[in-house]
Amino acid sequence: MPANTMSKAERDQSHARVFDLSQHPLRELNQALHKLTPGSNETAWEVLHPMGSHSVAVGVDQPVSIDVRGSVGYYCGGMNDGGAITVHGSAGPGVAENMMSGSIVIKGDASQYAGATGRGGLLVIEGNASSRCGISMKGIDIVVHGNIGHMSAFMAQSGNLVVLGDAGDALGDSIYEARLFVRGKVESLGADCIAKEMRPEHIELVQGLLDKAGVTGVKASEFKRYGSARKLYNFNIDNADAY
Amino acid sequence: MTYRNPPTTPRKSATFDDYTLSEIRRAAATGIYDIRGAGAKRKLPHFDDLLFLGASISRYPLEGYRERCDTSVVLGSRHAKKPIELKIPITIAGMSFGSLSGPAKEALGRGATLSGTSTTTGDGGMTEEERGHSKQLVYQYLPSRYGMNPRDLRRADAIEVVVGQGAKPGGGGMLLGQKISDRVAEMRTLPKGIDQRSASRHPDWTGPDDLEIKILELREITDWEKPIYVKVGGARPYYDTALAVKAGADVVVVDGMQGGTAATQEVFIENVGQPTLACIRPAVQALQDLGMHRKVQLIVSGGIRNGADVAKALALGVDAVSIGTAALVALGDNDPRWQAEYNALGSTAGAYDDWHEGRDPAGITTQDPELMKRVDPIAAGRRLANYLKVMTLEAQTIARACGKNSLHNLEPEDLVALSIEAAAMAGVPLAGTNWIPGKNGF
Repeated sequence: MPANTMSKAERDQSHARVFDLSQHPLRELNQALHKLTPGSNETAWEVLHPMGSHSVAVGVDQPVSIDVRGSVGYYCGGMNDGGAITVHGSAGPGVAENMMSGSIVIKGDASQYAGATGRGGLLVIEGNASSRCGISMKGIDIVVHGNIGHMSAFMAQSGNLVVLGDAGDALGDSIYEARLFVRGKVESLGADCIAKEMRPEHIELVQGLLDKAGVTGVKASEFKRYGSARKLYNFNIDNADAY
Repeated sequence: MTYRNPPTTPRKSATFDDYTLSEIRRAAATGIYDIRGAGAKRKLPHFDDLLFLGASISRYPLEGYRERCDTSVVLGSRHAKKPIELKIPITIAGMSFGSLSGPAKEALGRGATLSGTSTTTGDGGMTEEERGHSKQLVYQYLPSRYGMNPRDLRRADAIEVVVGQGAKPGGGGMLLGQKISDRVAEMRTLPKGIDQRSASRHPDWTGPDDLEIKILELREITDWEKPIYVKVGGARPYYDTALAVKAGADVVVVDGMQGGTAATQEVFIENVGQPTLACIRPAVQALQDLGMHRKVQLIVSGGIRNGADVAKALALGVDAVSIGTAALVALGDNDPRWQAEYNALGSTAGAYDDWHEGRDPAGITTQDPELMKRVDPIAAGRRLANYLKVMTLEAQTIARACGKNSLHNLEPEDLVALSIEAAAMAGVPLAGTNWIPGKNGF
């Protein structure tokens, strides 16, 4: 196909720099990614045979696309700042931990602590996420197509968590100002987390996130909103039983 | 004349002493536990219970002002491409911006840099004040991850994964609403004025196997350049040290119960964790058992006050010490010049520990713009540098008297203990005997 008739994605893919983790150590991959500069032509990367490796594509700080062909271990995309990472498989614990900006898409399921302490960017999990999804999130947006496990959004400070399926026990325990939207059933709410009204701005917000996450056939109005009752924000002995 | 029985002297209970009674009354009136700053205040076996033997016929001393006594130390040579090289084995412990004012953090950076040593961030992220004024800055990686970002991670000189601290092993942090200024709130991504509960566990790992993977991630993000420390409270120093080494730490930091905190429950500070003296030998033993002593460096903190404490810690096998409370005192904390204001707060100079309230007359543990003006970062940094210099000279004086041309050549054989407890904890003989409780005899 002539280059001028290709879409940008196809053009990027055809020039992708391929890195085979069965042939080269992880350290070389991460160092090569860290050496990229804003003007680099190497904007598309493909990682083969991750075989559950930990710390794949951590600390990326340039707007490059990285397709990981297989499942990864812990902390894939950790502290990502601008990269567009797609995992064509499942992800181990702590995927996208402390993400600053950019996007991470998991085509399969994600283990515990997905998006932990994330500060920005978009994390999309097309399967299910395990316990503590969005723990201590600080500004990240997370969209989970399936269900999430218990203690999700624990101490969540800021950002949005959108769940198309169900949520496990103690959702949003000790939550601060993060906003949680769940379409299915919530097993139970954690301390100081309550159901809140879906106002027009929330529907608009959820719709925007569904669009960004490539979700179709689902209406934002189907979601319920959960957030902080703000009763535990300043210590009061009469609330001691809630802790 | 009537006979009266002689009166007995009113006797107060040793169990229900004045402090205990006042605490019961305070709890009954307020319904909340007491929160305060600093470390354990109770009397504990400590470095004061150890003495150096000095030189004699079998060992000859070095000339005090002529023969060199090396004080330098390299931290993080195990894995890091860029280890930390310090001129003195005394570092500044982690204390947060938020708990401390901006000028106080700047003063710590200035003092440490003048002295050729490192300072450390805290549970609030890295500020420009301290990065700009600290030649060598250790960036703490804490459970709360307040202010954590890869840019600061990469401009740090070392990374300290904080598992716990001596004042509260197993406890999280707390910064009460009155200290949450706009700037502190922004750095921590939280609304202004609310109490900030820092988590007690890391959000994305638990246990030693996870820690190993977490350390790998931090190394990968920083291209294996930075030394990675693991800091633990004085809970189980033998196992914690061994597990930190197993997880890949370059440096292990063990903080005893005299180590300070910005704000924690009094009951926690005084009743959880072990004294610094009790932590050192088990930590050193763990390193020796693994063949890693001096390969993985050991930093100990909690109640280090003078050069004798430094020399004693090093003699027991430590590579460097950290100071926090003592550094704040050098900056001006608890200075009697503010006595009237301490009294107005219901305290007295030397005892003021309501650091969490943000009304520190010395302007150190506050975010009040007027109070923090009382800290001149240049002058306070100079005082800290002077103090560090004195500690170093004191430690050298002792080392030369023991015939050592390096502080790190001090050894347990240079020490005796004044009490059975200290002898058992430090693993050195009781003075005047050859008895080491738990090692020989009974």
